[in-house]
Amino acid sequence: MDDVMLNQFLLLSAILFSTGVYGVLAKKNAILVLMSIELILNAVNINLVAFGAHNGTIVGSVFALFVIAVAAAEVGVGLAIVLLIYRNRRSVDLDDVAQMKG
Amino acid sequence: MFALLAQVTEFIRPDIDYHAFAPEFVLVGTLVVVLLVDLIKPDGNNPLLSSLAGLGLLGSILPVITLATDGADRDMFGGAYVVDNFSLVLKALFLLSAYVVVLMSTNYIAEGDYAEGEYYFLLLCSVLGMIVMASARDLITIFVALELLSIPAYMLAGWRKRDLMGNEAGVKYYLMGVFASAILLYGMSLLFGIAGDTRLVAIGAAITGAAGNAPMVTLAIVFTVIGFAFKVSAVPFHTWAPDTYEGAPTPITAFLAVSSKAAGFVALLLVVFIAFPGRTDVVEPLMWVLAAATMTIGNMIALRQTNIIRMLAYSGVAQAGFMLAPLAVGSDLSARAVVTYLVIYAAMNLGAFACVIGIARKTRSAEIDSFGGLFEYAPGLTVILSLFLFSLAGIPPLGGWLAKFVVFRTLADANTASGYVLGAIVAVNSVIALYYYANVARQMWMNPPPDEDRTPIVVPFAIQAAIGMTIVATFAFGVSDLATRLGDEATFLLAGLPG
Repeated sequence: MDDVMLNQFLLLSAILFSTGVYGVLAKKNAILVLMSIELILNAVNINLVAFGAHNGTIVGSVFALFVIAVAAAEVGVGLAIVLLIYRNRRSVDLDDVAQMKG
Repeated sequence: MFALLAQVTEFIRPDIDYHAFAPEFVLVGTLVVVLLVDLIKPDGNNPLLSSLAGLGLLGSILPVITLATDGADRDMFGGAYVVDNFSLVLKALFLLSAYVVVLMSTNYIAEGDYAEGEYYFLLLCSVLGMIVMASARDLITIFVALELLSIPAYMLAGWRKRDLMGNEAGVKYYLMGVFASAILLYGMSLLFGIAGDTRLVAIGAAITGAAGNAPMVTLAIVFTVIGFAFKVSAVPFHTWAPDTYEGAPTPITAFLAVSSKAAGFVALLLVVFIAFPGRTDVVEPLMWVLAAATMTIGNMIALRQTNIIRMLAYSGVAQAGFMLAPLAVGSDLSARAVVTYLVIYAAMNLGAFACVIGIARKTRSAEIDSFGGLFEYAPGLTVILSLFLFSLAGIPPLGGWLAKFVVFRTLADANTASGYVLGAIVAVNSVIALYYYANVARQMWMNPPPDEDRTPIVVPFAIQAAIGMTIVATFAFGVSDLATRLGDEATFLLAGLPG
């Protein structure tokens, strides 16, 4: 892969990353925050695969596979925690989850 | 893609050194057995589970000792997984701290409405992630170890699932943690792009000299450090800590405050000293700001806490600042100072939490007010908790004094203006910290009990054992050079690195 091609992938990944960070910081719905985190992880995967192809090594793709597998486990736990909150409160608005302060 | 796959002609099985992996294997065996025992007898309390978990942890320390006496450094998978003195010291620290946490959990978990089998299973999974982290010298291994230690911890933090505060603890820890590890991964992907390799040594070689001055390198370093700064609860990534600590079961709070924080520092040491030594111009100012902000803000907020768990949470934030300080003046002594501090901090902080668990069995509250008059009906616990608090404040001859001394010496030895200024900030913060630690002691010794209830506290044997182990360690570290000798092992590793 040549440099121009690599730059396009990196630009796409940077846009995805920024969108994800914005979503995490601005959204109040727990499910939307989880989706924004997935966007960041996909930005990472694009980076890894593009750099791997650019450097002519398969390590990048292997790393991306690890990220995909671990992200699945993470989201599984995250949805379980969000479901618990929904059961106890009938809402997944993160602004409501603020009993403790100080 | 096919061109890449064509390079992989045949799979060559790497040589596996079973002795080097023995601690991990024993731990994996134990956690499978714990899960099976729980499967056979799923309902009700099973006192066998905590004994099994404890024995498994002690069992995995045996191979750590044989590996340490053997002395030879072993590296596997092309240098991705290394067993040397540094990793052995930290593996022993993680396993012993986890053993103390199991002792604290035994009665707490058996008496509450908790799923016992899964609790110990997840706790051991998290410890497994930590001991893998101590040996990891490769981005993929570090990432997998970090997630292996974090994901079970997210579940354990929200373990009180019918309690709204428990839910809140879980969701805050989870969201902040996953966000931080996503940012960390983005940094790692940039590092991989720069070096074309995931091994830390290769990254270290790639980002020295002129090639290391690209803006992308700076960005990658900052993102990577931010990812770990969350784990060690450095300001401004500390906001999860107090709420998670308060809502989680107290033994898990101790586990997060000690083991999980130590694992974050191990990862930070690895990347700072192996992958980023060529860019101290980025790392050192970053660490300086993080350290100064962490200890000052942590202490300021700790001053106005009325709940001892929250106070210990913010004091833990401040202590993380003390541990970050040596990294702001990168030298061989810095790694030694951090490891020494971690070992001593583990002993005194676990001890403080064990005492709080013991006392809260009677007071049913962690509000500092409810600790009034404790000396009248529980003199032993009062004296020991006071000792732990004064050790955390850094009063000789207890261990915390030596920890602070080593940090001061590292900062002074650097002989730079920034080192001296940071040393002064550490000194001021140590004085501030004494105020809120002493406030708890004053409450216990001077004030009357809030409800005139003077029935003595019955402390179960497991918690007595936990308190006994930690108080002996706190004294031993204060009067001997044991902790600094453990720290020296870490220095040898970092000095003897290839490349």
